[in-house]
Amino acid sequence: MGVTKRSPREAYAKALIKLGEERNDVVVLDADLSTSTQTAKFGARFPDRFFNMGIAEANMMATASGLALSGKTVFASTFAVFATSRAYDQVRVAVAYAMANVKIVATHGGVTVGEDGATHHAIEDIALMRVMPNMRVLASCDYESTYNLVLRIAEESGPFYLRLTRVSLPDIYPQGERFEIGGGKLLKEGRDVTIIAEGPLVHEVLTAASMLENIGISAEVIDSYSIKPLPEELILDSVSKTKKVITAEDHSIIGGLGGAVAELLSEKMPCPLKRLGVRDTFCCSGEAYALLRHLGLDSEGIAREVKNFLDKF
Amino acid sequence: MSEITKDLVQNLESIAKQVRRDIIKMTGIAGSGHPGGSLSAVEILVSLYFARLKHNPMDPHWPERDRFVLSKGHAAPALYSVLSLCGYFPRDELWTLRKVGSRLQGHPSRLDTPGVEASAGSLGIGFAIAQGMAMAGKLDRKDYRVFVLLGDGEIQEGMVWEVAMSASNYHLDNFTAILDYNGLQLDGFIHDVMSPFPIASKWRAFGWEVFEVDGHDFYQLLEAFNEVERVRESPSIIIAHTVKGKGISFMENNNEFHGKAPTPEQVKLALMELGEVV
Ligand SMILES: Cc1ncc(C[n+]2csc(CCOP(=O)(O)OP(=O)(O)O)c2C)c(N)n1
Ligand SMILES: [Mg+2]
Repeated sequence: MGVTKRSPREAYAKALIKLGEERNDVVVLDADLSTSTQTAKFGARFPDRFFNMGIAEANMMATASGLALSGKTVFASTFAVFATSRAYDQVRVAVAYAMANVKIVATHGGVTVGEDGATHHAIEDIALMRVMPNMRVLASCDYESTYNLVLRIAEESGPFYLRLTRVSLPDIYPQGERFEIGGGKLLKEGRDVTIIAEGPLVHEVLTAASMLENIGISAEVIDSYSIKPLPEELILDSVSKTKKVITAEDHSIIGGLGGAVAELLSEKMPCPLKRLGVRDTFCCSGEAYALLRHLGLDSEGIAREVKNFLDKF
Repeated sequence: MSEITKDLVQNLESIAKQVRRDIIKMTGIAGSGHPGGSLSAVEILVSLYFARLKHNPMDPHWPERDRFVLSKGHAAPALYSVLSLCGYFPRDELWTLRKVGSRLQGHPSRLDTPGVEASAGSLGIGFAIAQGMAMAGKLDRKDYRVFVLLGDGEIQEGMVWEVAMSASNYHLDNFTAILDYNGLQLDGFIHDVMSPFPIASKWRAFGWEVFEVDGHDFYQLLEAFNEVERVRESPSIIIAHTVKGKGISFMENNNEFHGKAPTPEQVKLALMELGEVV
């Protein structure tokens, strides 16, 4: 695990250009955020297959469906909050219900959007997308996972929601790592508790796990980059050993990764669970990592929560 | 209706300069924010708050007040500066913009900031909220007016045209939109990204009374604010021709400053241009 931080958005642009070179059917749409999401790089390279739809997310999503139903593999990008909340019915009817081959790659997931504040923090997007039939939901946690997940969803037909962060993230995966849909990655083995994380919190959890190691707590860490379908077997295998679970996400504790894990465990392996994330409140403006600290979602906050949780048993 | 005197305009001009300095300092200190679209809206906001709106900073919820909604919420720094100069909250708070614990959120938040009528930041939404306020004004037979500021990129949102239709359908002659027509949006020039042209005839076709002004000229703005009072039975829109980044040479029409704060060096240069001794 290195300390280099790289931008998931740049990984996305790089993967898009590779796809554009290899496949004529790949078309990219954006809604006046292409210089931010980095799809503009695809646009500069393949102007005929790039459409900036203007500030019109609902239009973009349903148009993406029409293109997909006419044989294109469509990537549609904007900030996570606009891709989901703003264009929800369009995604539901035109993309999910139609089983259209649209890959929604949304940047700016979670509160790590930072200073723009509550209107721009996507803290419900995973929940919104997860509840939608036919929609598969993924979240990357570094440069390589972003790059490889983008390539991976292009191989698979049908709708996907892939969530990226605004912030650059420390490298976790080596080049060429393969990511299966429905998979997760066991990043650290442990005995006392299973911590399941997504996105920018994967790195925070890994750091927390090594802090906990110093005080004699052995945490197992799973990156659940696939949130729907959930890596059920991986999670249940781990939990059958540790019997205690923490989830950590840059998202509301309602309906996201924590919700998905709670649903799984309550049906298949009831056990003590603590969900870490945004606690049913709109967050506020602030620097991304200052906000994580504020919400107790930085490595220290997570380590503290894990310890408090385990102290109860 | 107000009389437009030379003294009034001179006073507004000096306030505008102060607002521009505030925008530069606020975004500079915050290290993020949207200076370009804040600077293009300065004269619009200053003329509204200091010469047109009936409002009371001591009583932000005064039921008779005129309403202003910043639908292009990313211009929050301009609004906060004007609100602080009106006395809605202490000027010191300006320098807390976008920091954890601040009442000044990156985009306007009605529950956080005194004087902010509507939370906005997701483009298009503020326009409909403002329409609702105008409808309530009619229902309650109050004679307040509702003003709303739209961006020229913002009007690409479909919901803007839904409001355009309904406001006209309900004859909301107490409802006035102002379009900050600066020709730029996030990804570049509006004519390159997604043409909204022709603008004026679209609004006319939707049943709106249209006025066009130089959005940096106080005489024209105040004259238009007087004109909209005379409109009966239909909503009105003032298309204000503006320059994004107005007032700072290296920011004017430079879309790099749409969503990027000036560096400390650029803050210094900008403040010098605005006549501040640093
Ligand atoms: C629904 C929605 N989509 C996208 C954005 C991101 N965004 C913020 S400002 C902006 C460009 C706005 O352009 P314009 O309305 O012309 O504003 P101005 O030029 O006055 O800054 C965009 C796309 C947003 N805030 N809301
Ligand atoms: Mg504009």
